[in-house]
Amino acid sequence: MNLEGIDRTNAICGAFFILAGLIFGYQSLEVDLGTWLRIGPGGLPLVLSGLLVLMGAIILFQATRIAGEPVGRIAWRGVLFILVAPLVFGFTVRGLGFVGAVFVAALIASFASYRMSWWMAILLSAALALFSMAVFSYGLGLPFERFGPWLR
Amino acid sequence: MDLFSNLALGFATASTLYNIVFCLIGVLLGTLIGVLPGIGATATIAMLLPITFQIGDPVSSLIMLAGIYYGAQYGGSTTAILINMPGESSSAVTAIDGYQMARQGRAGVALATAAIGSFFAGTIATVLIALFAPPLTAIALEFGSAEYCSLMVVGLVMSVALAHGSVIKAIAMVILGLLLGLVGQDVISGAPRLNFGLNQLGDQLNFVAIAVGLFGIAEILRNLEDERGREVLMAKVTGLMPTREDFRRMAAPILRGTALGSALGILPGNGAVLAAFASYTIEKRLSDRPEEFGKGALAGVAGPESANNAGAQTSFIPMLTLGIPANPVMALMIGAMIIQGIVPGPNVAAERPDLFWGLIASMWIGNLLLIVLNLPLIGLWVKLLKVPYYVLFPTIMAFCSIGVYSVNANVWDLYVVAFFGLLGYLLLKLRCEPAPLLLGFVLGSLLEENLRRAMILSRGDPLTFVTRPISAGLLLLAVAVLVVVLLPSVRRKRDEVFVDED
Repeated sequence: MNLEGIDRTNAICGAFFILAGLIFGYQSLEVDLGTWLRIGPGGLPLVLSGLLVLMGAIILFQATRIAGEPVGRIAWRGVLFILVAPLVFGFTVRGLGFVGAVFVAALIASFASYRMSWWMAILLSAALALFSMAVFSYGLGLPFERFGPWLR
Repeated sequence: MDLFSNLALGFATASTLYNIVFCLIGVLLGTLIGVLPGIGATATIAMLLPITFQIGDPVSSLIMLAGIYYGAQYGGSTTAILINMPGESSSAVTAIDGYQMARQGRAGVALATAAIGSFFAGTIATVLIALFAPPLTAIALEFGSAEYCSLMVVGLVMSVALAHGSVIKAIAMVILGLLLGLVGQDVISGAPRLNFGLNQLGDQLNFVAIAVGLFGIAEILRNLEDERGREVLMAKVTGLMPTREDFRRMAAPILRGTALGSALGILPGNGAVLAAFASYTIEKRLSDRPEEFGKGALAGVAGPESANNAGAQTSFIPMLTLGIPANPVMALMIGAMIIQGIVPGPNVAAERPDLFWGLIASMWIGNLLLIVLNLPLIGLWVKLLKVPYYVLFPTIMAFCSIGVYSVNANVWDLYVVAFFGLLGYLLLKLRCEPAPLLLGFVLGSLLEENLRRAMILSRGDPLTFVTRPISAGLLLLAVAVLVVVLLPSVRRKRDEVFVDED
């Protein structure tokens, strides 16, 4: 097998599905599989995991035979900042409260773009926090603490 | 006749001031987000889904959700025509001739044609739903667990057949979706399973979090790959009113598009997309001036837009009668119903006639609101196209976080969003379409429950699926579809149909 003839995208794809199948398969073995009459909680997941591994294997096999397009550009900066935003919202919503968490999450997400400047990001995040407080907290009456214990 | 009393009930429900207001809000919000470039109907609905839960009444919240759907579709056509950027695959066809019309200074006529075609198609499709839903519901009520299982298999196979790209990948995505749908507490034994030991995830993975991650966030990431400025056609949109000659030329395409869309929309899998493409091909063949297509032919906007909208509406039929989602949007609707405490399926019509018929009637009202509101508001939507993307996505991220958190006030749901955002982006990069995964996720626990019940009813005999005639017929259909899409000749044809889509 020479590495040049391999379609990278599909090789990764096949490997991913095989891995996912193995993880789910392993986990379904931990619970009762059951019998034909009374299928247990692990029965269907195990069968599906097996099928997933099979599909992954077919994709992997095809990858060695047909060359495809490359994966293309990856938005690394976007991945870093955008995905961190909901995480930070989750970490801070109890401590900072609802308004603070919106501000921090929006601020972090702002830096996913190269075109955003500092002051613009702060301005936008503050505007969003105020807007959310007015609409969601006062308007719709979401039952979240506006300012949490960290700010007191 | 029953039809009229049913429709009367529906209109009585949908036309209360309260519900009209929610329909209006839904349509406006849907258009607002749908107009934002690069965000399609599914992503829009996924992002706005949590907001609808703030309304206590399930009828109003589903009416609003449906409103968001038409609004987003309409918004998607607007961006397709004005900046050649279809918000979703079904309006990709509209972009071909619509954008050319806009460049020739006929943007207003193109937008009006799209709106008129959509409204006409929507009206006919609403009547069709009212006609066909009750008999289908009656059939579905006879279904046992075995039939339901087989029906879901057909639905999943169809979603594989109509996904673009590799068939094997689509199958893998369906399976992955089914597995994700089974994560959490087992319905029958109550045992926790497949949750990596994380009991914080709750009884089930949060549907809203997955939808927002897979569709909303993954799409933002894809848009961030390429940040160069978009060419926005800022010619003033004038001359909305089509001429008499325009009307004459759009009539037949609209009629044909409506018929085609209504028929294909019922199919599980994304029939509306297929309908738009098929309509374009047909109009091009039937036209006495085929050379105009691709250079701003009115029929190339009228036909596909009508087909698309008719298909989008009739895709409600399997969702309302069988509880089987025909496309990711319907999967979202089913998710919303479940969260509102309504069990989707044939019983909805009998148990909640107000919801069932109210939703159907609201479709027509929603379409009417769209045509009345959006043509005058077009100037506003054009302005929205100018909003730079780097202002949009922090806003979207903030609202997504609030929305997901507001469903259960569970911090873990936000971690699920981030995880599925990453997974969704990874799968996009690996050229796997997320739609089959979402369908699998929605049907996962339903399929398992019915499978287990069917096995108990048949005393552990798996042959029950092939000895019961309806179930056997459905499975045969699934196998036939699978064989057909895997045949090399059909595969080539299918690639051709989807070739313009990306």
